Amino acid sequence: MKKNTKILASLILAAVFLGLLIFIDNSSLKNSMLSTCLQKGAIYALVAVSMNLLNGFTGLFSLGQAGFMLIGAYTYGILTIPVTSRGSVYQYFDGGLVQFSIPVIPAIILAGIMAACFAALIGLPVLKLKSDYLAIATLGFAEIIRALIQWKQIAPLTNGSNMLRAFPTYDTILFPFIISAICIAIIVLLIRSSYGRAFKAIREDEIAAEAMGVNLFKHKMMSFVISSFFAGIGGALLAMFQASVQAKAFTSAMTYEILLIVVIGGIGSITGSIIASFLFVGCMEWWLRFLDEVHYIGDFKVPFLRTGFRMVVFSIVIMIIVLFWRKGIMGNKEFSWDAIAKFFKDPFGLVSKKKKKGEVK
Amino acid sequence: MHIWGWLKMSNILEIKDLVVSYGGIEAVKGISLEIPEGQIVTLIGSNGAGKSTTLKSIAGIVKAKNASIIFDGKEISGKSPDQIVSNGITLVPEGRRVFANLTVLENLKMGAYLRKDSIKSDLEYVYSLFPRLKEREWQLAGTLSGGEQQMLAVARALMSKPRIIMMDEPSLGLAPLVVRDIFDIIKTINQQGITVLLIEQNANMALKVAHKAYVMETGKITLEGTGAELLANESVKEAYLGKSK
Repeated sequence: MKKNTKILASLILAAVFLGLLIFIDNSSLKNSMLSTCLQKGAIYALVAVSMNLLNGFTGLFSLGQAGFMLIGAYTYGILTIPVTSRGSVYQYFDGGLVQFSIPVIPAIILAGIMAACFAALIGLPVLKLKSDYLAIATLGFAEIIRALIQWKQIAPLTNGSNMLRAFPTYDTILFPFIISAICIAIIVLLIRSSYGRAFKAIREDEIAAEAMGVNLFKHKMMSFVISSFFAGIGGALLAMFQASVQAKAFTSAMTYEILLIVVIGGIGSITGSIIASFLFVGCMEWWLRFLDEVHYIGDFKVPFLRTGFRMVVFSIVIMIIVLFWRKGIMGNKEFSWDAIAKFFKDPFGLVSKKKKKGEVK
Repeated sequence: MHIWGWLKMSNILEIKDLVVSYGGIEAVKGISLEIPEGQIVTLIGSNGAGKSTTLKSIAGIVKAKNASIIFDGKEISGKSPDQIVSNGITLVPEGRRVFANLTVLENLKMGAYLRKDSIKSDLEYVYSLFPRLKEREWQLAGTLSGGEQQMLAVARALMSKPRIIMMDEPSLGLAPLVVRDIFDIIKTINQQGITVLLIEQNANMALKVAHKAYVMETGKITLEGTGAELLANESVKEAYLGKSK
């Protein structure tokens, strides 16, 4: 396929998608399940891509994503609650410590920066560890952050274990899409730069990368901090999406959800993570919901269907993917129009298989 | 020592009293090497003699316990690997270690990672040395054959424009014909003015191309001389060249 055709096809796809979003935004579908899934999917896509930068491209198995999202969400919440509402939000703490509020966009950026600062602090001791040990250390960090935020002593700042709410949210569902798209574009540019190549070199072979003059610690730190920055922004978006935020929701289960998206999409594939995040959110929030309700066919009560069964089915689906489709949807490849064109000319390689057979004869 | 006296002035790399220990065990027990500029110097010895450790500590990947490493008149021991690479010393690690899921071109670009100037002419240069790599520019390095991967590893190291290239067993696991190709390349590189420090188990081949050679045993240098001298040495013949008593 020619380059111009590909660009045109991508533009058309983007325009159709944008048109669809604008349509949903202005119709009665705005509060539907479809719209909810799309918004949450966009936010999860950003966090999954940020995790993929670390796990898929730099080869650092980190499980701290929920912790960094939590920091982002709280930074956003604490800084943007209007001064007039602070009295009611921080009702047990005399309106809290912070008595000012800042606009939305700077707050989102600060949410990222705050998460990045924490990452830099944690990275110093933790990034000397490898593989499973790194995963355990980062997981532990995320749990500590969650406990710390609910700590009574700093409650005037964080509202303790009470909910943060009344902060500004977005009015158009385009907002999370635009922020996510900008952030993902930045990550893609980073991965395509020479830094991205160095990250991949570290993933492939640390000793060889070091022999090429890649400063291992510096680059790992860079990847960790940047990944956390975007996880922080993802956390801020999630807070806006939910309109309230509470530390106890950011459990390690949330990190696993993100990890699953990365694995299902394909470790080392940005487009895989994006596609998988919409699929995951769709299944989780919408398509598999029916499994949680009791159904009757005539007089026959369908067995097993009750609250919580969705999670069982979901776990089985995931096990099947991990066992039989280990590379995920995209492997480590990216979406390309060439692959699509090839698929339509020769679905599942049927034509070329026949040709090969013909040659043998 | 007689013959090397006049060359001493132009040693590009001098190592004095290098001691490296892993935990409590000393792998390298105070060796000294002199590498004259523009020559091929080889370090031969059996497994576990400390050859690889020596190269790694010159490259800064392994920290030496005690050492003076003087490169071009400057002390470089204790510097980080990236500083050492940008000084002009590069290592072709043992077992090739190409970046398997990166393309050949990306591997070569990684070799030039610390360089800020244009790498176009250097790409052409390594492609002229290894035409096969040019053909496979877009192929993933992991899909290359063993010999091609070794060529890529050498080419990748050359992309940093080194003054010394250190090779850790480039003939490891390769067919005899391919080994000969690799040694031809080593000679070509050397003729273009790059000093080569070579570690080999294939002592016969290594001594034939080397201007100067050291024999290393259990962390110590036991013999040194020109390549030809060591080829003729009885104890070397016995231990490394497979001559029966």
